[in-house]
Amino acid sequence: MYTFDYQTVASTADAKSIYDAKEDPTYLAGGMTLIPTLKQRLANPTDLIDLKGIGDLVGIAEAGDGVEIKALTTHAAVAGSDLVKAKTPALAALAGEIGDPQVRNRGTIGGSVANNDPSADYPAACLGLGATIVTDRREIGADDYFTGLFETALEPGELVVAVRFPAAQATAYQKFPNPASRYAMAGVFVAKTADGVRVAVTGASQSGVFRWTAAEEALAGNFTKDAVAGLSLDGDDMISDIHGPGDYRAHLIGVLTGRAVAAAG
Amino acid sequence: MVAVSMIVNGKDVSGDVPANTLLVDFLRTTLRLTGTHVGCDTSQCGACVVHVNGSSMKSCSMLAVEADGAQIATIEGVADGEKLHPMQEAFREHHGLQCGFCTPGMVMSALDLAEKNPNAGDKEIRAWLEGNICRCTGYQNIVASIGAGIKSMAE
Repeated sequence: MYTFDYQTVASTADAKSIYDAKEDPTYLAGGMTLIPTLKQRLANPTDLIDLKGIGDLVGIAEAGDGVEIKALTTHAAVAGSDLVKAKTPALAALAGEIGDPQVRNRGTIGGSVANNDPSADYPAACLGLGATIVTDRREIGADDYFTGLFETALEPGELVVAVRFPAAQATAYQKFPNPASRYAMAGVFVAKTADGVRVAVTGASQSGVFRWTAAEEALAGNFTKDAVAGLSLDGDDMISDIHGPGDYRAHLIGVLTGRAVAAAG
Repeated sequence: MVAVSMIVNGKDVSGDVPANTLLVDFLRTTLRLTGTHVGCDTSQCGACVVHVNGSSMKSCSMLAVEADGAQIATIEGVADGEKLHPMQEAFREHHGLQCGFCTPGMVMSALDLAEKNPNAGDKEIRAWLEGNICRCTGYQNIVASIGAGIKSMAE
């Protein structure tokens, strides 16, 4: 690791003022991506601002008909939450499949959403449910928030403080994990809501998490596995690497979408 | 340098470390608690698993300064003097180790599972070991050891 200065903060206001004062700072939440990134010298921040001292950034509460999850809530806490299981069971199940138990004990939803790894799971749930990303200065709809690979609508220093998920009539998440890394080679979150069906895909596209609108339209009138059986995506738009060509990922999305619809019922 | 203090295996410890010191290096190099291992160093293998405030975590993927004020438990604190913990005894009884390199992480991970799911069966144990890799014993006996260890702890 390169050297950096480290400090803790007790409030989001402190975090912002320190962020603004430093040359090239970065926020530290659970660190399950950031610390390995620093170890590989893929990042060289001047300052780490550790957010874990901000007490009011942890917890899960009802919000409207859904749930609001504070940014520093761990994946393990989301996976084990009776409230999340009751409101959006697929979200709890998704959190319980991130990484491994030790990563889930430390990694946070805010960190995952701010990082927007193209193979991360949470972006699929946010986009699939039409979540609202709450920051220290505004609220951003998921459709406007995820803008590309590791890219979000967050401004420099803007801090995710919570994610608000509306309830849905039926939800399911299906992923095909890479056998070694366990990151999604494709992951599909399907939500049936009063406003229609949403299908969000992570892990596969060269543009990051996206909504598969053709599947949404097909499922709107016929929420069955058969409705998406004839649909296909362009493999050229998908990630091609040593783990699989784009055509393979495009095919996986179709299969996983069908399975998710069947699982959501 | 940053001053850190924490409670490791029930004892107050402190030290001055560069901010970029990993928790595992603080444990191994500063405290000379070398039971916690570094295998892959990329958060995959779980040889470095310790408990931080009661939950299992990978000490190669967090900074020592992040553990300031925390309660840490490592493999050195598991046995009661010369008497092995029931989970360690189960690993010995069921041949849950061969070279032993992954064993400290396996045991610390298993103890967290025993705490969180005392009714864990083979399926839950295998799922829980997602983040602990063994390259020589094979998982059959490790799973058997953890199952026996959990039972033995409940008695």
